[in-house]
Amino acid sequence: MKEIVVISGKGGTGKTSLTASFAYLGGEDVIVADCDVDAADMHLLLQPDFADEDDFYSGELAHISQNECIQCGKCAEVCRFDAIPVIKGRYIVDPLACEGCGYCARVCPTDAITNKDLNVGKWYISNIKTGSMMVHAKLGIGADNSGKLVAKVKSEAKDIAEEERKNLIIVDGSPGVGCPVVSSLSGASFVVLVTEPSVSGLHDLKRVYELVHKFNIKAGCIINKADINKEVTAEIEKFLKEENIVHIANLPYDESFTKAMTNGQTIVEYSDNHLKDLIIESWNDILKSIT
Amino acid sequence: MKIAVASGKGGTGKTTLSTNLASFLAENYPVVLTDLDVEEPNSGLFIEAELVSEERKFKMIPEWIEDKCTLCGICQKVCNFHAVIQLGPMIMVFPELCHGCYACSELCPEDALPMIRKKMGQLKHFKKGNLHFVESRLDIGEEQAVPLIKQTHKYIDQHFDKDFIRIYDAPPGTSCPVMEAVKDTDFVILITEPTPFGLHDLTLAVETMRELKKEFGVVVNRYGIGNDDVLKYCQEEQIAVLAKIPNDRRIAELYSQGKLIYREIPEVREELEKVKELIIRRMEEVVR
Ligand code: SF4
Ligand code: SF4
Ligand code: SF4
Ligand code: SF4
Repeated sequence: MKEIVVISGKGGTGKTSLTASFAYLGGEDVIVADCDVDAADMHLLLQPDFADEDDFYSGELAHISQNECIQCGKCAEVCRFDAIPVIKGRYIVDPLACEGCGYCARVCPTDAITNKDLNVGKWYISNIKTGSMMVHAKLGIGADNSGKLVAKVKSEAKDIAEEERKNLIIVDGSPGVGCPVVSSLSGASFVVLVTEPSVSGLHDLKRVYELVHKFNIKAGCIINKADINKEVTAEIEKFLKEENIVHIANLPYDESFTKAMTNGQTIVEYSDNHLKDLIIESWNDILKSIT
Repeated sequence: MKIAVASGKGGTGKTTLSTNLASFLAENYPVVLTDLDVEEPNSGLFIEAELVSEERKFKMIPEWIEDKCTLCGICQKVCNFHAVIQLGPMIMVFPELCHGCYACSELCPEDALPMIRKKMGQLKHFKKGNLHFVESRLDIGEEQAVPLIKQTHKYIDQHFDKDFIRIYDAPPGTSCPVMEAVKDTDFVILITEPTPFGLHDLTLAVETMRELKKEFGVVVNRYGIGNDDVLKYCQEEQIAVLAKIPNDRRIAELYSQGKLIYREIPEVREELEKVKELIIRRMEEVVR
């Protein structure tokens, strides 16, 4: 089974629109995983039916039972995160500040503190309009375990691919260079880097490529809005050459990205222009790179 | 006055708005812009200023002292994050996983795990005229943004008095780091695009702000593309739309060159003027 992961360092480069287009072109042969769990948007283009849903638990949250608490203050003393303020004489855990380290429960003399598993979001398995299936998720507000939710989405996608005997997964990766993107990348056969020719785009590309390089995964790059700044585009192309990254395509600045999205469509469904041809060529190039 | 600029996801113009707004305000007021997107601080690419000072930022992690350890196994048992593990006759600490809760250190019966400093990032402070710019950058491989954001807030509180308008470029999303970034601010500007993605991410950001009981308003970026759903949503939810930055290819071009857009495009300046009026009005209210 092969896994193609699309990432971009930072948002706004057209990553999700391109991933959805590739999923559409791949049709029923490709299982889709939306690992951009912080701002999962792919469902807006692929019309999932949310056939299956499940809660996702990760980490813990302390809870103080007031009946058993003797107000000794030990818990608040050891908590490094100021998560146990005294409110009207009662020791109460601030759920937004609590890191779930469990230290307070270990020092409480009356066992008044229990740790509860924290519900940090939901994940779904859906049938989508490409005739295939998609695994996606929604991270709860203020949750801090998106890396684990990403790993969950990916492992479910793999299971489904196996069950359904599909041998390709396409992943809309997480933004940034932290834990979630590391989870997105693990196990990838090929990484598609989507970037744009701006000073910050180049900067983010280099940072995220450091990670890809560390994992030793073969990578290709699509420069979106390439015509908006020819100098930076040339710089990016130079960087790709130096690092031996496959230069998949340069795409023009094109408002079909937005228009297709407004129609709830992928670009390849919506537009019938040169951009569509370029995206189809890109997809074929990507498929060639993984065989 | 503390104002955060946030968005449900990256790439909607958060950095564009915060850098342009800060520079614009600095034409008349003392301003400090802080980039709290510590994983990938980008604001600095748009601000030309001179470095005033630089400091290393640390977090606390345990260090194993072999001679004192009796291999009792308590540390491994108490760490909820699997950041300290017993491997045969050795205790190993995984600094990236450690949240610095001190449990292992203080519960170790032999004092064999004292907490020590470990560098997690770098803070830089720049200045040009009225405008100060502070950014913190997390070292590659470090995973916890929240402690660095906390320390950056502290730096700002210690170095700038109340006369400064403080603008914070928050990390994208709705997770812990965003909450930490906007927690103590007086007002949050949510920036979004008038598209289905923009609307979806805005609703998440709005939920987050309501959960935090923050006052907030919306700036629509790339106004003119997409549809009216974002405006309709704001109207239904009674959310103030503070400004609409037009959709203009020139903006994308200026942005790509790392330039400030309000200096070249008068319509953008006019929109920033609206945000500025709001800020000034609120500052006066606070004084009264
Ligand atoms: S679990 Fe840790 S962070 Fe939460 S209240 Fe207890 S000591 Fe504080
Ligand atoms: S340590 Fe236990 S008994 Fe003491 S204040 Fe905290 S919850 Fe109450
Ligand atoms: S708790 Fe202290 S003494 Fe016990 S194994 Fe850990 S380091 Fe060694
Ligand atoms: S300080 Fe807390 S998080 Fe860090 S290793 Fe010790 S118990 Fe684990």
